[in-house]
Amino acid sequence: MRDEAGPQPSMGLRGHSAFQPSAVAEKALIISHEAVNGEYRHMRLACNAVAAGAAPGQFFQLLCPAPPGEAPFLRRPMSVYGADPATGTVEFLYKVTGAGTRGLAMLGVGDQLDILGPLGQGFTLDPAWRHIVAVGRGAGLATLAPLARAARAQGIGVTAILSARRPELVVSEAQFRAQGAEVLAVTESDGTSSPAYVERQLRALTAAGRCDAFFTCGSARLLRLQQDLAREFGLPGQVALEQQMACGLGICFCCVRDFQVEGRTLHKRVCWDGPVFDLLEAVA
Amino acid sequence: MTDMTVRIGGLTLASPVMPASGTFAEGLARVMDLDRLGALVTKTITRELRDGNPLPRVAEVPGGMLNAIGIPSKGVPCFLRDSLPFYQRWRPPLVVSISAPTAEGFAALAAEISVPGVTAIEANISCPNIEEDGKAFAMQAGSAAAVMRRLRAATSLPLWAKLTPNTGDMAAVALACEDEGADALVVANTILAMSIDLQTFKPRLGNIMGGLSGPAVKPIVLRQVYQCARAVRIPVIGCGGISTALDAAEYMLAGATAVQVGTATFLQPEAMTQVIDGLAQFCAARGIGHVAELTGALKREDTHEADLAWAAPAP
Ligand SMILES: Cc1cc2nc3c(=O)[nH]c(=O)nc-3n(C[C@H](O)[C@H](O)[C@H](O)COP(=O)(O)OP(=O)(O)OC[C@H]3O[C@@H](n4cnc5c(N)ncnc54)[C@H](O)[C@@H]3O)c2cc1C
Ligand SMILES: Cc1cc2nc3c(=O)[nH]c(=O)nc-3n(C[C@H](O)[C@H](O)[C@H](O)COP(=O)(O)O)c2cc1C
Ligand code: FES
Repeated sequence: MRDEAGPQPSMGLRGHSAFQPSAVAEKALIISHEAVNGEYRHMRLACNAVAAGAAPGQFFQLLCPAPPGEAPFLRRPMSVYGADPATGTVEFLYKVTGAGTRGLAMLGVGDQLDILGPLGQGFTLDPAWRHIVAVGRGAGLATLAPLARAARAQGIGVTAILSARRPELVVSEAQFRAQGAEVLAVTESDGTSSPAYVERQLRALTAAGRCDAFFTCGSARLLRLQQDLAREFGLPGQVALEQQMACGLGICFCCVRDFQVEGRTLHKRVCWDGPVFDLLEAVA
Repeated sequence: MTDMTVRIGGLTLASPVMPASGTFAEGLARVMDLDRLGALVTKTITRELRDGNPLPRVAEVPGGMLNAIGIPSKGVPCFLRDSLPFYQRWRPPLVVSISAPTAEGFAALAAEISVPGVTAIEANISCPNIEEDGKAFAMQAGSAAAVMRRLRAATSLPLWAKLTPNTGDMAAVALACEDEGADALVVANTILAMSIDLQTFKPRLGNIMGGLSGPAVKPIVLRQVYQCARAVRIPVIGCGGISTALDAAEYMLAGATAVQVGTATFLQPEAMTQVIDGLAQFCAARGIGHVAELTGALKREDTHEADLAWAAPAP
């Protein structure tokens, strides 16, 4: 766990004038917002430079408006689906599940949404890698998507295995393809999403020397599978995890999960020590 | 410009606004300028290493949240090595919140953390989650007094007693703490509460019961601040559901000398600086030169005690 936290305070007489936040709460302007299928919606917002500088794997805490008859109180964590300092934008891809996301779904272009971020530790890429594999399921695919662009920028090839219940629920496919990634969509309805099938694909990639590291999000089963393979072949990996959050800033300790570190089980905070963790430390 | 300084016992704070224990940590320094706060207040620390409570540890309720975090603590050496030097990078005085299972444990811990860099000690004698059924020392005047007596003997630092709103006799507990040498009272901790998931029929907290905080508690705790401030001469620090400057002003009128902001920081990490700026404006707009003039400035017609008999029936 880290001790370091944020900027040094200024020693000037009026310290706050020199204060530089590394995460900002801002009412950002929605510039596009549409349904991508029956369950997921894609939102793009114009935001400040700090937010637009968000890295893959980081997240924001969204202050969702209240849908009729409901009152989401806390902010809701949402992965960065895209962030672009050049255009000053940030994007989210979310599944409508409860009060908070139902509130989000009501918002239209031109409305404002209070976003706090970027937060947490994102993915890290080792420039020595030549090819990585990203395996995700459901909403986890939103978290993995920006990895494609970051990997390409470093000359690292990507194979993405995208899992969902039905083909129309496979999200992020276009984003991976646009960055030149090889994409394999696996679904229940096609009978291709079984761990055995995915395992065969991963073994083939490993044998072909096309897997220097595993990246995963969204499924405990797929996480365990990749942990087994990572151990077997001595490969590194990273997993983005979810947990209910209140503060998102490492303050409240409501988002802890178990991790296995050097033979000991310990608690880490998903919002502060993660949400991206070492693949082998996660307890699936 | 409004003079924002307030005095808490022997301490002068640059502003009457500070964080509530457990809702403030290193991470906030990424989002807001800690130098603007009246004081820094740590999460409660204990001598025992603790893991905290089972999940889920928080649940939403209308106008607030329940928490049963427990007090995950990495122990005193870790606090002295990591947290203390970190907080010393900022100017506001550091208030360390402590808790222990016994009065003796409180005293030993207070002695251990009475080191340079620590300005005051907040004794969390009210945490509802550590002891069975949410019982805490601050439930009764006798047990509160016992802890404060040992604490007073163990440290020369200013001592703040954090009271529980779950007692039926706030004023008596407040008086007991004052009598045993408390320099200030923090009113209050969370209200013991629970919530049930109607889909699963299970409690919505892993710990079954937890503490209610946020706007929902404000009217109750405001009343308790009023009762305590009338009962004691030492300063009262109001804490419960404050998210705006107007909430803070209300607490000060009821008798609070300063305020703590908790849950609001989770929704707006800059809530505390907004309260500070808003309080200055509130005073300026009314020609009040010094924020401390708000304390206890409530104008009241004399109530007949009998008027409240229906709410507090005789035992
Ligand atoms: C770091 C992180 C990144 C995430 N990224 C995405 C994303 O990119 N796209 C997406 O669709 N979803 C994502 N999620 C899940 C998303 O936060 C939840 O779906 C959302 O909070 C549900 O809120 P609700 O009010 O609609 O649902 P409700 O079920 O009404 O929520 C009730 C409570 O449970 C919490 N909760 C519910 N589901 C989850 C969950 N899966 N993870 C954590 N807390 C949950 C809520 O925050 C809230 O406190 C992410 C979660 C985390 C922790
Ligand atoms: C997540 C959480 C953790 C808390 N932890 C502590 C704690 O460690 N010690 C303590 O004295 N109070 C703790 N509290 C109580 C707050 O300090 C405060 O008394 C209470 O939340 C009421 O204020 P609020 O409505 O502004 O949040 C905690 C509150 C919350 C929400
Ligand atoms: S959400 Fe508060 S510590 Fe992670």
